[in-house]
Amino acid sequence: MIYLDHNATAPLDARVRETMLPYLGGPYANPSSQHRMGRAARDAVETARAQVAALAGASAGEVIFTSGGTEANNLAVKGTALAAPRGRLLYSAVEHPCVVEPMQALAARGWPVETLAVDGEGRVDLAAFEHQIKGGEVRLVSCMVANNETGVIQDVARLAALARRAGAVFHADAVQAAGKIPLSFPDSRAHLMSLSSHKIYGPKGAGALFADPAVPLEPLLHGGGQERHLRGGTENVAALVGFGAAAELARTELAARMAHARRLRDRLQARLAALPGLVSFGARAERLPNTLQFAVPGVHSATLLGLLDKQGFAVSSGSACASGTDEPSPVLLAMGVPAELALCAIRVSVGKDNTEGEVDRFAAALCGLLAGLGVSMPSVKPAAGVV
Amino acid sequence: MIYLDYAATTPLDPAAYEAMQPYLRPGGAHGNPASDHLAGKRAREAVERARAQVAALIGALPAEIVWTSGATESDNLALKGALEFYADRGRHVVTSMVEHKAVLDTCRYLETRGTKVTYLRPGADGRVAPEQVLEALTPGTVLVSLMWVNNETGVIHEVERLAPALRERGVLFHVDAAQAAGKIALDLRTVPVDLLSLSAHKAYGPKGMGALFVRKKPRARLAPQLHGGGHEQGMRSGTLPTHQIVGMGEAFRIAGERLAQEGAALAVLRERLWACLRELPQVFLNGEGAPRVPGILNVSFGGVEGESLRASLPELAGSSGSACSSATGESSYVLRALGRDDELANASLRFSLGRFTTEAEIDQAAEQVVAQVRRLRALAPA
Repeated sequence: MIYLDHNATAPLDARVRETMLPYLGGPYANPSSQHRMGRAARDAVETARAQVAALAGASAGEVIFTSGGTEANNLAVKGTALAAPRGRLLYSAVEHPCVVEPMQALAARGWPVETLAVDGEGRVDLAAFEHQIKGGEVRLVSCMVANNETGVIQDVARLAALARRAGAVFHADAVQAAGKIPLSFPDSRAHLMSLSSHKIYGPKGAGALFADPAVPLEPLLHGGGQERHLRGGTENVAALVGFGAAAELARTELAARMAHARRLRDRLQARLAALPGLVSFGARAERLPNTLQFAVPGVHSATLLGLLDKQGFAVSSGSACASGTDEPSPVLLAMGVPAELALCAIRVSVGKDNTEGEVDRFAAALCGLLAGLGVSMPSVKPAAGVV
Repeated sequence: MIYLDYAATTPLDPAAYEAMQPYLRPGGAHGNPASDHLAGKRAREAVERARAQVAALIGALPAEIVWTSGATESDNLALKGALEFYADRGRHVVTSMVEHKAVLDTCRYLETRGTKVTYLRPGADGRVAPEQVLEALTPGTVLVSLMWVNNETGVIHEVERLAPALRERGVLFHVDAAQAAGKIALDLRTVPVDLLSLSAHKAYGPKGMGALFVRKKPRARLAPQLHGGGHEQGMRSGTLPTHQIVGMGEAFRIAGERLAQEGAALAVLRERLWACLRELPQVFLNGEGAPRVPGILNVSFGGVEGESLRASLPELAGSSGSACSSATGESSYVLRALGRDDELANASLRFSLGRFTTEAEIDQAAEQVVAQVRRLRALAPA
């Protein structure tokens, strides 16, 4: 199997796994226990906290561990709103469902909720935002650092500065950006920032919200008093240790990973450029170096993904969470992509362990399948040496 | 070090550890279980096998199991989710003073949002009687939350007797079974609870994993608390941690196999420990007279100071009560609720035994505790 779906989940790094195994098979105390074994588990959690903080230049005291990116985003959105008097909540039109849906849940409870328009590349329209934020008291603005489907990167620091000037809390979902591009919590000017372990080659089941201690938050999980009383529940020691190790590797290997990803992605993009009518989404914006989302008009992604899967290629249309639905991507619709074209979207997200040969094989397979589907491709030939 | 803190957390069973390994390695099942490709499908199949294993231990249908990050989340989801969904039924909850913090803190939060909560005081044996619960019901009672087994005393509530009475009255019944699953037989086919919280790491599964049973017939409804993506029938979103789910499934499968035999063995060890400790004057068994799970022994020692007692036992990993409240240095609210004064509640030890506890460990622990209690009492001014 050739796995090109790293934005859905990245396989666990073998080095990360080795750091975790002693905490699965060995010391098993509850970090809240006061005995020596409990204190050892506590130390492991605190080491991981420092490692995760360092990935984005945050301080360990700002890290709230969660069960994943979804919980971190829910905590940011609902936690901020429930701790504040009612006021406007703003989020970009291309946010992940785990920002959109808590916003909608709050809207159902009577909170005024608005989206921020994006341009054709998926970037928040800064001028429109600057105008919009002046229209009444804003509690929270949420905008992702990089989009999970297109990979398009937002100018979060500008948005956060404007939000701060308007007295609003700013939340940045950095789940897709972390480990793929340089990330700085202080420089982003965000009050809150979400991360996920399994998107950076750590284990599933761990995430973090970086939170400026000055921002009032209502916990979503009450009970036990863990995580500065902001997130109850026995710490998932092994997963947090893995998250910490993954964060450290992501930090130290970032430059190499970025260069590798960009080389593969650009190579694939060049291979596919000759496909007739092919549309790349967000390609004129700054994007994550590993992500390429495109569509071949008239070829539905459901059809193509099924055929690619049978040939051993794991890619997706966009968000894994929305798989199985026949709805066009709300992200693409917000960018002005016609629904019919959005239904043809294919997302390729390469990872640190993919090779040029794998990308070439994918390009060749895709071209072969499209030819079989009757899409004419006069100028596309598989690269030399590719089966 | 002698580990007698199984009620705080259990080690991962070696078989569960092994079962998790393929899902921590490359090789085809590392995908996101929500993905449609093969790497996702294989992960999803593993998730569904584990769902059936967890369901089987408690007599549930697989579709009645909602994965969560642990019992704390399950408790939060059950209480907040039900109160939010059934807002038109009323705003009253009945619970007990001896619940886990995950329930109590959630109730305190609900109180700040306009819910009225009745906290029932247990009898001297640590039990809240079904009659007490029924008497506390009002026309606006939406939900009763009562733990099946108390985490500090091991006392077992009469859930089987209470559940049908609540069903008859149309009140939802949530049971925190974090300390019960794998310790006593639970059969939800015959016990009509509506919502039930489970934890993996209290039953030799991994930390960071839990489940909420949500009954299908009659259907209990919940407003989701973690939104986004629509996983778990829309009740709980978030990428499923395949390896942890597999670990919980395997742990629950093993628990079902060993339940009867393990319970009998633990009861013998516990009685052995108690037989030694009761030789001391002024020792009090907490939860005496009530049925208790075999693995927990909670004892108050008169005439010693709790802090000194714990400090004198550095090689004993037990606890003064719940791990979650041990950081605060407060005496146990559970023991105070069942009538122990502050001093005695503080001078209490919870011994929780488990699958890997040996007779030799029990004898050593008993010897150390008896010696230290005697020593401290001798030092204390008469």
